[in-house]
Amino acid sequence: MEFLKDFWLFLKERKKFWLVPMILILVLIGVLLVFGTSGAAAPFIYTLF
Amino acid sequence: MKILGISAFYHDSAAAIIEDGVIVAAAQEERFTRKKHDPGFPVNAVKYCLEEAGATLNDIEAVVFYDKPLLKFERLLETYYGFAPVGVSSFVISIPVWIKEKMFLKKLIRDELEKVEDYDRNTLKLLFPEHHLSHSASAYYPSPFEDAAILTIDGVGEWATASICHGKGKDITVLKELQFPHSVGLLYSAFTYFLGFRVNSGEYKLMGLAPYGNADSAAVKGYIEKIKSTLIDLKEDGSVWLNQKYFTYATGLRMVPDSRWEKLFGFPRRESEAPLEQHHCDLGVAIQIVTEEIVIKMAREAKKLTGSDNLCMAGGVALNCVANGKIQKENIFKNYFIQPAAGDAGGALGCALAAYYIHYGQERKVDHSKLDAMKGSYLGPESSDKEIEVAARKYNAKFTKFESFDELAKVVAGYLSEGNVIGWHQGRMEFGPRALGNRSIIGDARNEEMQKKLNLKIKYRESFRPFAPSVLAEDCGEYFEYTGISPYMLLVHPVKESRRNPYPEGFKEFGLKEKLYHKRSDIPSITHIDYSARIQTVHRESNEKYWKLISAFKQKTGYGLIVNTSFNVRGEPIVCTPEDSYKCLMRTEMDFLVVGNYVFNKTEQPAWKEGAEWKLEYVLD
Repeated sequence: MEFLKDFWLFLKERKKFWLVPMILILVLIGVLLVFGTSGAAAPFIYTLF
Repeated sequence: MKILGISAFYHDSAAAIIEDGVIVAAAQEERFTRKKHDPGFPVNAVKYCLEEAGATLNDIEAVVFYDKPLLKFERLLETYYGFAPVGVSSFVISIPVWIKEKMFLKKLIRDELEKVEDYDRNTLKLLFPEHHLSHSASAYYPSPFEDAAILTIDGVGEWATASICHGKGKDITVLKELQFPHSVGLLYSAFTYFLGFRVNSGEYKLMGLAPYGNADSAAVKGYIEKIKSTLIDLKEDGSVWLNQKYFTYATGLRMVPDSRWEKLFGFPRRESEAPLEQHHCDLGVAIQIVTEEIVIKMAREAKKLTGSDNLCMAGGVALNCVANGKIQKENIFKNYFIQPAAGDAGGALGCALAAYYIHYGQERKVDHSKLDAMKGSYLGPESSDKEIEVAARKYNAKFTKFESFDELAKVVAGYLSEGNVIGWHQGRMEFGPRALGNRSIIGDARNEEMQKKLNLKIKYRESFRPFAPSVLAEDCGEYFEYTGISPYMLLVHPVKESRRNPYPEGFKEFGLKEKLYHKRSDIPSITHIDYSARIQTVHRESNEKYWKLISAFKQKTGYGLIVNTSFNVRGEPIVCTPEDSYKCLMRTEMDFLVVGNYVFNKTEQPAWKEGAEWKLEYVLD
């Protein structure tokens, strides 16, 4: 719940509501990936992660 | 008011604790876990910081994390969106990491803190300043200035990759930012990658390699022209635009498209550990020259925007001490302060300071009687006599204990003058990537063989790598064309002309190894191939023991400087405990180890049973 509240405040502050549909789709795909993989390994380039 | 700062989950995790604005302790997690650039949550570093401050987690006003995860996630999504459909492979790897952990950073931090000790989760306050604000705060607040321009340059934080701020009193105002994917740090890292070094750790090797290039040759001029016309667009204010056709870091798992770079520069990417050839060195010096031009322009812009006489710097690029020396030579500012832990580890300290002065609005008082508020960057753990003796017992080690430090300094100065290499472990461990005389390997700078011996027999690293001098602050002008201070080894300046030996005929055509064999000055082991040196001025007020040792060496030899390199072997974090130091003594061809007042002579130690398998413990950087 705390996360959702923070995220809502963040979107409001940054006025990035247009990101919401993209986030939902990406998160959905991401969740599938989470279940599809055994571990979350960060690659060597740190920039994006 | 005690505040705990944390940097973690990317690289160089660290923790720092401040009390009423005073820096109490700071340390990188890698020193405890013995895993270089450890990105994990700094459980050990937090434990140490709390212990040093005599505090528990329940006593902490706020725990501060060094960047804003949601803003970073926003960048991640917008980048994938912007580059789609390119970037699927990177997306497949990164999104699970975010969904599993990083999006829920508050919970993750609270959970990890439970590994430190039991505490009240409900009362713990968490704060998240921006990445570049953390860097700015780490540079400005410990500085001796009440008004300063602040320049931070690194790979990337959330969106910002560089920033110019104005620090005044307790406030920091952001004036200008350069944003992802355009980044000076990532540009330099791209060349680090193409030249066969590891991204995020090999950048300083590239900087050390650059002087082997022939800076005024047609080849280097050609490379510079290609970089400026094809890879980047450099503006007068120092902002750069990176042509993304030539970079893949935004969405890929590599820094650059190898084939496109091969076509542009005329040779393939150098494989790691492959021989270094002249064209590698020439490209190295080309990107170093371009980087210097960019940071000098940024510094000029910072001066223009703030009108201040003082400049503070942080961010990974601020560890490029050659560029720092060039900024100084330009005389843009009168005074400089560079955060010794300029990389992400320093963010732990910066975010704690930012919370104290900005979030809590506390008054800032500068103590002008000190060089700065970093305490010489000696902010880590100290080894007690008991710890030293326990380690010695564990290995049945033989040692001599001196009652007087002055006597010890005289004896060690004698060993140094005889060409011995000594592991020097004293007082509190340094915070930041540089060993500043408390966890250092030291030797005689006059000794021609010292550079090769240290590189090949002690550090097990590439022979071209230069070494830095520790010089008595008051003697700096005798050896170098520089009379200011450089307590954190973050400035490169030339060795005095009168001390140099001229280049032999045809020197520019020599190969890398032949160049290395040229005796460059009367202090050859710290004089780099271009007659420069990365200077550490040693001040009695910040490190009396180290100052006394070099003074004893001066009494014996007439030279007030020695070679100083970090106390580790290649790929290993700098030593932390007496046991780490003893292992390093026994695994290498070091001659003596001095821990506190205890001296371990290598020849007197029992046979070391371990084979060469220990080298596998450390991933080569």
